[in-house]
Amino acid sequence: MTGVRPLPALGVGSVIVMLAALPVAGLPAFYESFLYLMFYWIALATSWAILSGFAGYFSFGHAAFFGAGMYATAHLTVKMEVPFLAALPVAAGVAALLAAGIGAVVFRLRRLRGELFALLTLAVTFIVATIILNTPIDGGAGVLTSSVPLPRVISSSPSGTLYLLGLIVCVGSLAIAWWVSRSRLGMGLFAIHDDEDVAEVKGVPTFTYKLLAFTLSGAIAGVVGGVHATYVGFLTVSETFGITVPLYVVLMSVLGGARHWAGPAVGAVLIAASLYTFTSGDQATIGRGIVALVLIVAILLLPEGIVPTVLKQLRRRPVTRATPPDAPIATQAAPKRSDAPVLVVQDVRKSFGGVHALRGVSLEVRQGEILGLVGPNGSGKTTLINMITGHFPLDGGSIRIDGQEIGHQPAHAIAQRGIARTYQIPRPFAGLTVLDNVRLAAMFGGTGLSGAALDAEAHHWLAFTGLAGKAASLPAELNLHERKFLELARALVTRPRLLLLDEVLSGLNPAEIDSAIALIRAIRDQGASIVFVEHLMRAVVQLSDRVVVMNEGATLASGNPREVMRDPRVVAVYLGKAHVA
Amino acid sequence: MPSLTLLGQSLISGVMLGGLYALVALGLSLSWGLLRLVNLGHFALAFLGAYLVYHLGTVWHVDPWWAVLIIVPVFFVFGMLQHWVFVVFRVTELTSLLVTFGISVIVESILQWIWTADFRRYETHYAGVSLKVGPFYVPWLELVALIVAVGLAWASWAWLRWTYVGKALRATAEDADIAAAFGINHRLLSFLLSGVCAAYAAVAGAFIALVSTLAPSQIWAWLGVVFAVVIIGRLGNPVGALLAGILIGAAESLAMAVISPAWAPVVSFTILIVLLLWQPKWL
Repeated sequence: MTGVRPLPALGVGSVIVMLAALPVAGLPAFYESFLYLMFYWIALATSWAILSGFAGYFSFGHAAFFGAGMYATAHLTVKMEVPFLAALPVAAGVAALLAAGIGAVVFRLRRLRGELFALLTLAVTFIVATIILNTPIDGGAGVLTSSVPLPRVISSSPSGTLYLLGLIVCVGSLAIAWWVSRSRLGMGLFAIHDDEDVAEVKGVPTFTYKLLAFTLSGAIAGVVGGVHATYVGFLTVSETFGITVPLYVVLMSVLGGARHWAGPAVGAVLIAASLYTFTSGDQATIGRGIVALVLIVAILLLPEGIVPTVLKQLRRRPVTRATPPDAPIATQAAPKRSDAPVLVVQDVRKSFGGVHALRGVSLEVRQGEILGLVGPNGSGKTTLINMITGHFPLDGGSIRIDGQEIGHQPAHAIAQRGIARTYQIPRPFAGLTVLDNVRLAAMFGGTGLSGAALDAEAHHWLAFTGLAGKAASLPAELNLHERKFLELARALVTRPRLLLLDEVLSGLNPAEIDSAIALIRAIRDQGASIVFVEHLMRAVVQLSDRVVVMNEGATLASGNPREVMRDPRVVAVYLGKAHVA
Repeated sequence: MPSLTLLGQSLISGVMLGGLYALVALGLSLSWGLLRLVNLGHFALAFLGAYLVYHLGTVWHVDPWWAVLIIVPVFFVFGMLQHWVFVVFRVTELTSLLVTFGISVIVESILQWIWTADFRRYETHYAGVSLKVGPFYVPWLELVALIVAVGLAWASWAWLRWTYVGKALRATAEDADIAAAFGINHRLLSFLLSGVCAAYAAVAGAFIALVSTLAPSQIWAWLGVVFAVVIIGRLGNPVGALLAGILIGAAESLAMAVISPAWAPVVSFTILIVLLLWQPKWL
């Protein structure tokens, strides 16, 4: 994420100035209108992608926000005679409120699947449309907006004024999308897109971010609708809330590449231009069909969209990348081992339906120790980790870190308190590079780092886990061993107080296991306390200071690894009763 | 407050309407629940079927019941072809939504090109025939639609519940890889199911032609309500789709009678939103 290089910035600036100068230069009104429609679709598709493209929550309800902005503007300017430019912010506000209201309700659903979100937003559109149709806002007669006085930017030419408004909205939404895609918010949204649960556990406030993106997306759509209200001149509910807007913004974004800030704009230009070419004249019906056919082919052949595919092709050329200087990393003095508890789990209970996964588990993790957590499959080890990281809500009991209750906090807040975990099956963010995976964890993991210090920290831990050469790769290009180490790097970069390792060794070969064990020791030497869930007893005995054995959702025994392993009850759990005697 | 007779009558027509909703929802629910493909094109296909029944009936004077017999196998093959495209390009749940959206637009264009955008009405001598039960009238065609919906929903349920093919399909929906490891040829089954879903669209289309007015743009008019039915009835559950269809149909019809017809669309979506937010165990 480099800063703006001067040359492209200059280029973009001069293109904008040139476009802005066109009406003054006496462009025929026909072209102004054609270009206005381009701006309109670019702005609308770009605004849609801020939530739906970046975070992957496809909305079919963009017409609701667009229409809310349209009708708000029409109502204010026509019936209340508010000046047009003063009505636009209100339009944005109304649309933003609608989006925030919907988001605040639906994003609370724990199991909100993507298609359900799509249909919910579609349903809301129908409801908004019905309300507007049956209230005096429209009343079924439509609203005439062609007489609304426009600001006199170019005195003799209303179409020139509309053109300029369209240009401003278009450039503005592109700038916002560009800024979001490079910001902390954008990083969080991309992570939500790839794996929302992991994003939350890595410290991304997923609910807030989705809500922010949805509100922003709705607000821009509201402004676009406000400007468009004067362009169309006459508003009807069926045109405004029809299927056209949600359909085209989705298709434009998917065609261009919804995950890239410029993708929707590219798709919008292509589709708007081809619609114009094919649908002028009598062949409109066939034209629509042809556009649909082209889209099907494009979606089947380029599922990622044009812009990301092209960028990938460009990137394939060998790039000589200067390795960043190994900036000095602030080394913490490793706190000594002590008996002071870091984590205290007390009587934690959890059931799923009728299954009691945890029946009152208590344990504590002391400063600087490695606690081995063992037990047969299904004994509740991973569930316990999920409870500590806040992935599941507590049914009962308490979890405290450094004396502070975290049992009912959201997962991202717990992550920011210095608890990090790895997943048994690595779950990297598939759309982010290895470096960005680690940067994201550092950014949201409560390190307080930013800019160059953040990059240096990320590079440091990539080097520590032996992944320095893979920084620019995507996770799919890593083997299992490397993916497990990427999990570790993501956890370590946050400098956790407490590190929860869920079967990091499973699936590794003996040489890889030895290097992983050495790595875990090195991590402890940096001052972290570690909970180490593992089936491989050799590693448990080698690494752990203490061991806790779980069985059927309760702790069975705890203490020195060698002694615990000889405990008859533990032997019985692992090998059956007959062996005890 | 309208009279009890009026309420009873609107309840009856609502239940009948619900049968039609269920009929359209059935194929959608099965492909979404068991194949993880959201087939928006199902509506377009149903309307294509409706127009074909209309055309066969008005131009070639083929009785609608015979027309259905001709269309069903054709649609079955079409469903398999469409699925073949999905398999070749490894279409995911989300892409299926977009691709089938494109298919819908193409079908809409074709309908408009052949039959124009005008509203059309298939007049048969069945239309307007009603049974009189006490003070109420039960429209004959809608009753048949409801009976067919009940029959197909029950048959699909029994098929999934008791036959080898049905069990294999449900296992595949749970986890395709594991099912394949147990020797289930899920590709073959998915082709079969896609064909069946398309055939259901043909049946639904025939009843749409018989009881409702046709226009290419009407494809989109059904979309919201039927999706609500599919979700409320649980994905992949044919009996659920039937019950949900009847629930929504009845609720809409009563709302029309008690409040006003203009507000009816709000009812189904409000039910949908409330259920989605409430998330009862059976959903």
